[in-house]
Amino acid sequence: MSITAKDVEHVANLARLTLTEDEKEQFTGQLNAILKYAEKLNGLDTAGVEPTSHVLPMSNVMREDAPKASLPIEKVLRNAPEAEDDQFKVPAVLE
Amino acid sequence: MSTVSPYETVVGLEVHVELHTKTKIFCGCETSFGASPNSHTCPVCLGHPGVLPVLNRQAVEYAMKAAMAINCEIADWCKFDRKNYFYPDSPKAYQISQYDEPIGSNGWIDIEVNGQTKRIGITRLHLEEDAGKLTHMDGGLGSLVDLNRVGTPLVEIVSEPDIRSPEEAKAYLEKLKAIMQYCDVSDVKMEEGSLRCDANVSIRPWGQEKFGTRTELKNMNSFRGVQRGLEYEVMRQSDVLDSGGKVVQETRRWDESQGKTFSMRSKEEAHDYRYFPDPDLVRVQIDAEWKDRVRASIPELPDARQARYTQGYGLPSYDAGVITSSMKLADFFEESLKYTDDAKASANWIMGDLLGYLNANNLEIQQVPITGQGLGEMIQLIAKGTISSKIAKTVFKAMLESGKLPQQIVEEQGLVQISDEGAILAIVDRIVEANPQSVEDFRGGKDKAIGFLVGQIMKETKGKANPGLVNKLLMDRLKNS
Repeated sequence: MSITAKDVEHVANLARLTLTEDEKEQFTGQLNAILKYAEKLNGLDTAGVEPTSHVLPMSNVMREDAPKASLPIEKVLRNAPEAEDDQFKVPAVLE
Repeated sequence: MSTVSPYETVVGLEVHVELHTKTKIFCGCETSFGASPNSHTCPVCLGHPGVLPVLNRQAVEYAMKAAMAINCEIADWCKFDRKNYFYPDSPKAYQISQYDEPIGSNGWIDIEVNGQTKRIGITRLHLEEDAGKLTHMDGGLGSLVDLNRVGTPLVEIVSEPDIRSPEEAKAYLEKLKAIMQYCDVSDVKMEEGSLRCDANVSIRPWGQEKFGTRTELKNMNSFRGVQRGLEYEVMRQSDVLDSGGKVVQETRRWDESQGKTFSMRSKEEAHDYRYFPDPDLVRVQIDAEWKDRVRASIPELPDARQARYTQGYGLPSYDAGVITSSMKLADFFEESLKYTDDAKASANWIMGDLLGYLNANNLEIQQVPITGQGLGEMIQLIAKGTISSKIAKTVFKAMLESGKLPQQIVEEQGLVQISDEGAILAIVDRIVEANPQSVEDFRGGKDKAIGFLVGQIMKETKGKANPGLVNKLLMDRLKNS
């Protein structure tokens, strides 16, 4: 399986990114290199290995329903490029 | 649906129910509604890098309870997945949800429409986190983001496409709301967004097996809105087909004020959510012991209560259905029966004066101070003849407003019924003597005149005279003089 420039455009669109032609080419190459690296896994013999969604042999890690302090509002908004009325301000989004 | 339509309506509902845990699903921030913007957020729910979510056990138990109450099978194992999308209401750019291993599946609930019981299948119930709230600024200057709601636990309940009319959709939603309320897993308030509903709607010619092309309807924020939105959409699709067109598969937004649905920005690509297992959350195993313990915590549900009211108290099925549609109302009814045996009378007061008052004022039973004890005792006062049914209406109103017990209201306002024959006779004499013309009319065969005389007597006693006694004494007086 290899990534085409069209796949890159699709993913960029989902992520609301605008890419230049050069970037599309660059990312196509990079993504293919990553996939190729991951493809090494296909060389393993997995016969007799049960499929799993998680690698940790753990389950049921849970907490009790007990409140903890939230962040003070100054800290919440510290990373916000823009804020107004204690809220994050973002470019207009229409449904 | 009117039978003249050449199309059959097919609806499936996706209902989101906010679970009323104290804290969010993956962090310790509180979930309370109406807090000042972003005051209930922390690095986990703000999606800061490097944080780890930890699952709230109570959210899992509420989801199990909800799933069991709608007759779902509970999974032995389940996991959480990431649903990826880019929108400012989700700071992580993914929502943690359950993709292919929901907590509950293959359930059903029964609804009643036009006296007929119908079973609606439930495909699945899964656990996920809520998103934040966006407020769009005037003039397209930007949008403001409040992330308090991010991470509030939700269950999404997906029905089979078994619903065949807007009325059935409304009945399904009302039943679902009642069940969630009985289970005590959610506040289920549509106006506060703790119960939300999307619908998949299609139509097809009667007799055709294949489903028509569906549209997804969003933004129906009330029970009435769901019914109206569906009615509009069915009509719109019928018009499209009638004029030889094709229904386009799309998401449409219901606009309550305009009473119409509108196509939303094309989402052909937005459904590419690229789900994958969330590596930050380990799998959840639900063993038999845990299932048993949660199952034991489910109280008697609306259908069982309705059956008990019809069989045990002889209430009509309709009355029992209305009273059990709200657990608080049903509790009120049962409380009243600790003070009176007359279940039918209690049901009548609830169906009439109580619901009339609540609906007119857009209130729920828990928002008014009246008690079941008050109603029960009032019914006994009527039975004993202490107050008349007419006076009882005044007492009931006073109970609705003050929550005082009926005996106290009767004493404070001097509403005790006059059942003393001598006292009533004296008034009868006075009224008869003061109205010779009416007496003449009555003897001349005008029965209506009696009503006038009774009215005068009731006026004189401010409605407190025992009506049966007044009639009897007045007739005796007129015939014997």
